[in-house]
Amino acid sequence: MEYKVVVDYDLCESNAVCMQVAPDVFEVRDDDFLYLLNETPDPQARSRVDEAQQRCPKQAISVVEG
Amino acid sequence: MLAGDWEPARIALSDEQDLNALQADWCLGRRAVGLDVASRRVLLDDASHITADGILIATGARCLELPSVNAAGSPLVGIHTLRTLDDCLALRSDMEASPQRVAVVGAGFIGAEVAATARQRGLEVTLIEALPVPLGRVLGTEMGAVCAEVHRDHGVEVRLGVGVKGFDGHHRVEQVHLSDGTFVSADVVVVGIGVTPNTQWLQGSGLTLDNGVVCDATCLVAPGITAAGDVARWPNNLFGETMRVEHWDNAIAQGTHAARRLLASDETAEPYMPVPWFWSDQYDRKIQLAGRVQPNDEVRVITGSVAERRFAALYGRADRLVGVLGFNRPRHVMQYRNLIAKGIGFGEAISMAEAQ
Repeated sequence: MEYKVVVDYDLCESNAVCMQVAPDVFEVRDDDFLYLLNETPDPQARSRVDEAQQRCPKQAISVVEG
Repeated sequence: MLAGDWEPARIALSDEQDLNALQADWCLGRRAVGLDVASRRVLLDDASHITADGILIATGARCLELPSVNAAGSPLVGIHTLRTLDDCLALRSDMEASPQRVAVVGAGFIGAEVAATARQRGLEVTLIEALPVPLGRVLGTEMGAVCAEVHRDHGVEVRLGVGVKGFDGHHRVEQVHLSDGTFVSADVVVVGIGVTPNTQWLQGSGLTLDNGVVCDATCLVAPGITAAGDVARWPNNLFGETMRVEHWDNAIAQGTHAARRLLASDETAEPYMPVPWFWSDQYDRKIQLAGRVQPNDEVRVITGSVAERRFAALYGRADRLVGVLGFNRPRHVMQYRNLIAKGIGFGEAISMAEAQ
């Protein structure tokens, strides 16, 4: 199943929890901002992306199907 | 919420749809008053009981308080603790009433965040801490002192090494009396002096209670009974230390682990060995700590500068990397958190940092 990762940058506070769970998808760089490395990760990454979404302290990550 | 930027609906952790999807029976407004360990029966305050195959104890903790009375013993308003949404709304309401000065008792994370939020609201703030260095037990002496400086930078009057003897005022609090004989005039007081785990309902249950419900390394308390969150004390084998962790991230991770433990056999059960992590937003700084720090750990700044209040520092003990602190350095905190989990040496971590 294809899916797309969406970050609400107004909510994101760069806690970097997502980066710990899925470093191949999320990266907080030295400028303190979160960068989405891959908006459409492959299905194998899905469980980690879901975990990142759940663990985000600001609920700034959403996953859109299709 | 306290800053006034958000309203309660926005901080809800789940909506009705999520809760319904769990297909759980909710016993709300009911208090557990006892536990029969052998029959796994929870006694409730309406004299009914629930028997279960598995029980997860997650009763959390409550704030330690100071008596909210004046010298004559009359109750005073304006003295707060901060734990629940109602606590937050009550304090917010008092802060919105343009008080003359807010006194914060205790410079732990709750106290520090309240002080920062009150300053950002333009209020005068005095931060009172009984220890000579705030957060020394969490961040070490050197970095605890940096936190005190951050508050001074922002115009907070910081009083260290003084305790609180009591309050005075008529109806509303007017003064905080300190152990050195001086006083602070304040019409709003926030007491942030720590919490105590909610284990009173387990007295006499036979479970071991010692600053929390004592679990084994897998979060098991007794056959078919686990515990998680602020109330649970367990040996974290990664650090060789028995700990009770009061942070948000741990409540989630340990809750999941404790639930899985209930479903596992003794043979397949896994130890719970997290690297504790938390963040604290104070002013425009995001302070994050991962690991387990002791006051005498070696501390090394690996990037940025303390003077600029933007840096990451590593903590070492017996040549092990045991902690990482970031001031606006979330990336480094998460990188080194992973290395702490792998149990790498302190010297090795420093070498890696120097090579970057």
